[in-house]
Order: sequence, then structure tokens, then C-alpha cells
Amino acid sequence: MSDVLDKPAGSPALKIVGSRPIRPDGADKVTGRAAFGADFNMPGQLVGRVLRSPHAHARIVSIDTRKARALPGVKAVITGADFPDVASEMHDGGESASNLRDLAMNVMARTKALYNGHAVAAVAAVSAAVAEAALALIEVTYEVLPHVIDVEAAMAPDAPVLHPHMFTEGLDAKPTTPSNIAKRNRLGRGDPDQAFAEADVVFEGRYTTQAVHQGYIEPHACVASWAEDGQCEVWSSSQGQFMVRTYCAKVLGLETSSIRVTPAEIGGGFGGKTTVYLEPLALALSRQSGHPVKMVMTRDEVFRATGPTSGAVILVKFGARSDGTIIAADVELKCQAGAFAGSPVGAASMTALACYDIANFSITGWDVVTNSPKVAAYRAPGAPIAAFGVESALDDLAHKLEMDPIALREKNAVRDGVKAAYGPKFTNIGFLETLAAIRDSDHYSAPLGRNQGRGVAAGFWFNVGGESTAAVHVGEDGSVAVVTGSPDIGGSRASMAMMAAETLEIPLDRVRPRIADTASIGFSMLTGGSRTTFATGMAVVQAAEKVVADLKRRAALIWEVAEDQVDWAGGAAHCLDPGKDVGPLTLGDIAAKAATTGGPITAQVSLNAQGAGPGFGVHVCDVEVDPETGHVTVLRYTAAQDVGKAIHPAYVEGQVQGGVAQGVGWALNEEYIFDGEGRMENAGFLDYRVPVASDLPMIDAILVEVANPRHPFGAKGVGEVPIVPPLAAVANAVRGAIGVRMTDLPLSPPKIRAVLDARDG
Amino acid sequence: MSKLHVSTVVNGDPVEFLADPAMTLLDVLRDELNLTGSKEGCGSGDCGACSVIVDDRLVCSCLMLAAEAEGRRVATIEGLAQGGQLHPLQQKFLEHAALQCGFCTPGLLMASKALLDVNPDPTETEVRYWLAGNLCRCTGYDKVVRAVMDAAAELRQERV
Repeated sequence: MSDVLDKPAGSPALKIVGSRPIRPDGADKVTGRAAFGADFNMPGQLVGRVLRSPHAHARIVSIDTRKARALPGVKAVITGADFPDVASEMHDGGESASNLRDLAMNVMARTKALYNGHAVAAVAAVSAAVAEAALALIEVTYEVLPHVIDVEAAMAPDAPVLHPHMFTEGLDAKPTTPSNIAKRNRLGRGDPDQAFAEADVVFEGRYTTQAVHQGYIEPHACVASWAEDGQCEVWSSSQGQFMVRTYCAKVLGLETSSIRVTPAEIGGGFGGKTTVYLEPLALALSRQSGHPVKMVMTRDEVFRATGPTSGAVILVKFGARSDGTIIAADVELKCQAGAFAGSPVGAASMTALACYDIANFSITGWDVVTNSPKVAAYRAPGAPIAAFGVESALDDLAHKLEMDPIALREKNAVRDGVKAAYGPKFTNIGFLETLAAIRDSDHYSAPLGRNQGRGVAAGFWFNVGGESTAAVHVGEDGSVAVVTGSPDIGGSRASMAMMAAETLEIPLDRVRPRIADTASIGFSMLTGGSRTTFATGMAVVQAAEKVVADLKRRAALIWEVAEDQVDWAGGAAHCLDPGKDVGPLTLGDIAAKAATTGGPITAQVSLNAQGAGPGFGVHVCDVEVDPETGHVTVLRYTAAQDVGKAIHPAYVEGQVQGGVAQGVGWALNEEYIFDGEGRMENAGFLDYRVPVASDLPMIDAILVEVANPRHPFGAKGVGEVPIVPPLAAVANAVRGAIGVRMTDLPLSPPKIRAVLDARDG
Repeated sequence: MSKLHVSTVVNGDPVEFLADPAMTLLDVLRDELNLTGSKEGCGSGDCGACSVIVDDRLVCSCLMLAAEAEGRRVATIEGLAQGGQLHPLQQKFLEHAALQCGFCTPGLLMASKALLDVNPDPTETEVRYWLAGNLCRCTGYDKVVRAVMDAAAELRQERV
């Protein structure tokens, strides 16, 4: 790895990295050729459908499937009884860990249905119509139990308990009674009580958010085949084919080598496709029926049974000196986990104060199970929730101190050498540069009109590395295949091909990136945690470097010179030995003679990448509030982010713009709404309103490049940071427009009207 | 219930199929005619991923019964590129990086085509309101809107 570090990031010598070529899979994606999860079919396949609990919390007394089985055309009916018991065991997926027993029980309920939408049975039939008729014939007897969804209600001592075996972890003493609080985590430093007593100014606030869905447009879909010899094939849309393989193996009690998972194109994930829902069911239905089974969720199922991220309560208290130095902070986070433990409260706690250098603080997080779908990762899981509270409180603190909001953040910003609130010492970070980019932007000093306001907020995400494999194969004509195990969720094929072409010093169009099934490439963690361009990119570059070394060796063989007499430049070997009168050998020349120089030219690198550079973003947002309707219009939005080095700047901008749009939706429109029975009332895109084109302005992305020396070209993860600041940036802008702090998301028109009515008497 | 015999034109070619009366045009396009470029994101006309042009009108194919295609002309994403050449909208989507996952892209392209067919010189606001029926969760629409405006400019140039 050391040789690539010599290449200074951002060096003008770069020919391809940093440019904006058309993506290699572009033509497929604009012509309808690209095959997503639901676009794949197998001969003889059946249609699978899931019966879901209509109740938020119910004991399953009995399930009678006899009438369904008797319906002509029904080939399989499964319930929880068809799955093995899975031991409680944590599986580390990279960005987040899952308990495999919980995962198995989420895929198919056993003794209890824990949320409206929880799978209780599934069928496979010759057509969708027959499958749906069969679902109606399954007789489930439920004993409906009291349910709880609100996070604080679920923490109350008299709340209905979801899991009688759950005793809160992380308390000073092990509790004697079960509760819905799965875990308490704490972080701290110094003496916050003493520091608050010494502070000139103290500000505190309470903030709340509702559950929101990742909102990928492609519903979950798969085709699965369990052959008579026990060998399984799965085609599915997910963020990781190896993740699907592992989870299917664990839920069904199979060896991983018996399952081959082929990744389809993925129609958005944002963290929501880092787990399985349908694949183990489709395999079990295939085993029982003897046919391949295709399953595709409806949008209603996607909302009721997958995602979302937590609704939360955030308590924030800051103590500062009159010059703006924050000397004390106290943050408490209560996060819904949904039906099983594992909210993102850990990451929320670790990121909450990560932007700031505060001598005394304490952070407490509560992971709370509730009768709602088990939360799944959603883009920088937990961080937007924490930042909504922290950055809203900072804005009010700035008002109280009569300080510019960016100046307050600059005064307290982390910089290189500072020990992060979550532990490690920061190096090569670009937070101050990112703050400066917004401070110096045209946007920040532009005039505002009537009923308009401007808000600023910052955000942080760790970014991760992890295990990846990449292979580089040189064809006999010198064209190159770059193969990885990382699904391309937003253009990563382009960055893989660009980094390989840059390293091999050949034109980009000679490199074709491919994403392989689980039997055709070494293990790779899923695409998530903003890890792919960093970690899989590192594997690609190292594999390409091995190929270059091999090409030089082969050129030396052909020329009969020492290897150190060969240089690689411009996609060709050059002989440095003045005694040899030979021209350069191109990649194609060497490839054509591969058989005589050792056989096929290929290299594979598997690694566990460390040193992903943390990312910081600073956003500024202008809004206008309509005093008649309470509607908030986002007028202008600028997002600056330290990206290390943008491999393909257009796709980096796209990540920033997309993250902002999701954050604006979270701030203004989106929320899970439950009725009194705990059933989601808005399980469709008409009523769960994600931002549409007419809701948003252009989103200006400013890419700050403070190189990450651990990546060959300086890249840091970029995909997650941009969803962290918008919740508070929008709320702070609304405060600017109406002069009142709103603390409960989403900032929907009725809430704003109520505040305006109260303000204006 | 017996199936209905439907004669229609898809992407310029005559097509016949048998459809269950309850089948949507999207079901027939994807499952009977193997035209899987049109996507189903919601099945309720809210996301626009299944957008096609029927005669000269933009429709969500998930909201139209297949039998209603009788005697009409249906244009899908598979017919947008002609003779091996991408349509300017397709080319501009690629040049502007106006897609990430690409799932909503076929619907956005067909909706944009329908817009430029009736309004060759739309303002940014007109583009945004026309495309408000096509959800994209990846891009924040910025590059999509730019690509459509740029394609409109190029198409106007071609007409001159």
C-alpha cells in the first residue's frame, strides 16, 4: 500500500480521477435494459405472497392453513413452524450489527406478532390471484395485546412489554423486571455538573422526531430456487449479496456455500436494504413447492414491514462562556428500535457532539423496543436525529450569545489533534474548511425578504472501511474487467472503473466494471457506511497495481532485461536499459503474449480497509413561511462537505443533493402516522409525502477536498453526511422566518399555523 | 373470467395480447410483453416509475387497464432510443449524471419526453411541476431538471 501513498491526492497528474465521464452502466439505465429485483424471472416460477399481522401486538394462538393448501394452484404454505430456531447471536454487518434470532423472528413471526405488517405466513401459487386468494383462506387466531409505539410511553414502567426476556443492558445494576428498554449507553468526559455551574449562559431544549422511511422507489424483490439437491440460488435487490447469503444461511440453517446470491440492480436502498425480508421466505417456499418462487413487495408492505428509522426524543443542554466557548454539554437520546432491539442510538450518541471540542459532557442513549417495524439503517443512522437536537440548540445558543451561528461553531469546532467525543483523535479532517466554505459563500450573505429565514447546521459521519474484494482481469486484447462484490447503488461502477484506469494509465473506455455473484468474487461487506469508494476502491487500486507489477515483469521477460529496467507509463511498458533498442509494449501487446509469459494476466485483492476519513458537512438553507397556510417553501439551499477527493465530482454532488432532499423531507413532510390500534395510516406515497421536484430548489453542492492519506486518491466517504444537517438547517431557517423555535418534526403546515396563531394572539 | 383479446401498437409495432380484464397495462408490458423497463414503485399512480405515453398523453401504466390499450399507440422507454442512437433526453441524463440508482429513470424520461412534446421551451418551474408526479429518492432532482432543460435546448437547436 505504501507505494500508492506517494501519489499526492489532487495531483495535476491525475487524468481520469476528478473528471466527469458518463457512467459505464449509463446506457442500460436510460434504456430500460438494467435488470432490477423484479425484472428477473425463472422458468416455472411461482408467485409468493405474505400474510401480515393486522394487529400491532398479538399472541398467535393458532394458524390453520388447511383451506389455503386445498385451493387449486397453491403449491406451498409456510408459517413460523417451518423455520428452525436460531440462537441469539450478534452478527456484525460492518456499519451495524444484527441479532440473528431477532432477524429470523422478524422475517416470520413465531409466537407473537409484534407490529402491524409482521409476517405470519406465506404462500406460493401459480399466479398472484391464486396466491392472494390463498392468503384470505389462512385462518389465524390472535389474542390481541395492548401495544405501545411512542418511545417515552414504551419506557414507562407500566408499558406493555414486547419481550418478557428483555432486561435493560448497560445499567449500573441488572434490573429485576423485564422492560422495553433494551440498552442504555453512555459517553462522557470531564465534570459536566461543575462546568454547567461555571457557565455564563446555559441553554436547554427538548426535540422530537417521528419514524421516517428510507423511501427507495424500488420495492423489495427476489427470485429464489431451492433445488432437489439442496443447492440454492437467489436473485435479489439488496445492498449486499454476501449479506443476503449470510442471513439466508442463518435463518434457514444452511451452509453459505449452498447458496449463490446474484445481485440485481438496486433501485435505492439508503440503508433499508441492508437486511433481508423476502429472501428466506422465498427459499422456504421453493423448498416446499419444488419450484422457483418470485416475491415482490407492494408499497404498502414496504411501509408496514420494512425500514424505517427511529422516532426519537432528544434532550440537549449547553453551558457556554460569554465569548461562545462551550464548556459543558448534556445530551440524552431516546430512540425507537421497533419490534426488536437495535435502534441507531449508539451512533446517534457517538455523533451527537462529534463536531465540537467540549471539555465536559455527558451523553446518554436509550434503545427502546416498540410495536412498529424493526428499524433498519437509514443513511448515517441516528446522526440526523442527534444533529436535529444539537444543531437546533446551538442555533438558540448563538441567539442568546448574540453570535453569528457559524462563528459559534468555528469557535468550538474540532480540528486535527482533537480527541473526538466518541474516542479517537481526529486527523486530516476538514470541518473548519467546510464552515469557511459556507461562511464565504454568496448564499450566506444574500439578502432575505419578508417571511423568510436562514438556517445553518453542521453534521458528521464516521464513514467506514471494512472487508472488500476486487479482481482485475486483462483480456487478450488488453481490455480490462474490474470485478467487485459491492452493489452499485448510486454510480460506484464509475468510480471503480476510473480508479482502475487511472492506476493502469489506460483510457477509461478500456475498463468495464462488473459486480459479481457470491460464488464469483471474494467476500465483500455490503454497500453501506459510505464505504464502497473508499474500501472497495482501495481493493481495486491495489489489484490494478498488482497487474501493473505483473505487466512490468512480463515486459522484462520479453525484453530479457531486469525488472527494474522497466517503467510503466501511459498504459505501456518502457525499457530503461539503454542497451536495448526496443519500443514500448502496450497493455494490449503484453496481453497478446500472455500465454508465453506465464498465462492469464489477473490479480485479486481482498482487504479489510482501515482509516476511512470522517466526513463533515455544513449546510445553509433559506425558507419562506406562508403565514396564511403555514406552508414552508425551501427557497435556496447550499451544502458544503469535506469529501477528501471527489473521484467523480458529479456523482459526489448527486450524493450531497440527494441527502439534502431526504433531509428536507424528514424536516417538513415525512412521518409515520399510526391510528389508535397501532396501524400505519399513511402507508403509501400519496399520504407519506417524500419531496417531489416542485418542492425543492436547485441544491448547490460545494465540495471541499481535504485529502484522506489512507486512500490512494484521497477519498473519504460521502453518501451519508449530507442527510445529517438538513433537519436542523430547515428548523433553524423556520425560526429565522417566524421568530419561534419549532422542536417537533415534521414542521407541517398545521403545526406552523398553530405556532403563528399563538404568536400573533 | 375469460381473457380479452387486445390489439394495440407498442413502440411503433403492432402487438396483440390476451389480458385478464383486471390486468393493468403495466402488468402486460412487464409480464406478457417482456418490456420490463417500465417499473412498479407503488401500483397506485403516486411514483410515476411506470410512466408511458398513450397516444399523446402521459399516463401511469399501473392505473390503466391493459384492455384500454385497444386501438391505441403505447410508447415505452424501450422505444425512446432510435436506430441505436440515444434520444437527446437519454444522452443529457447521462451527461448531467441525472440518475443514481436508475429505477425512476425510465419514468422520468418518458414524462420528460411528454413535456417536451407539448412544451419545447419549459421554464425550470414548469419542468419541476410537470415532473412532480415522478418520485426520485436519490438525486434531489437538481441534475434531473438541468438535464431536461439542456435536452430541450438541444432539441430546439435541432429544429432550427
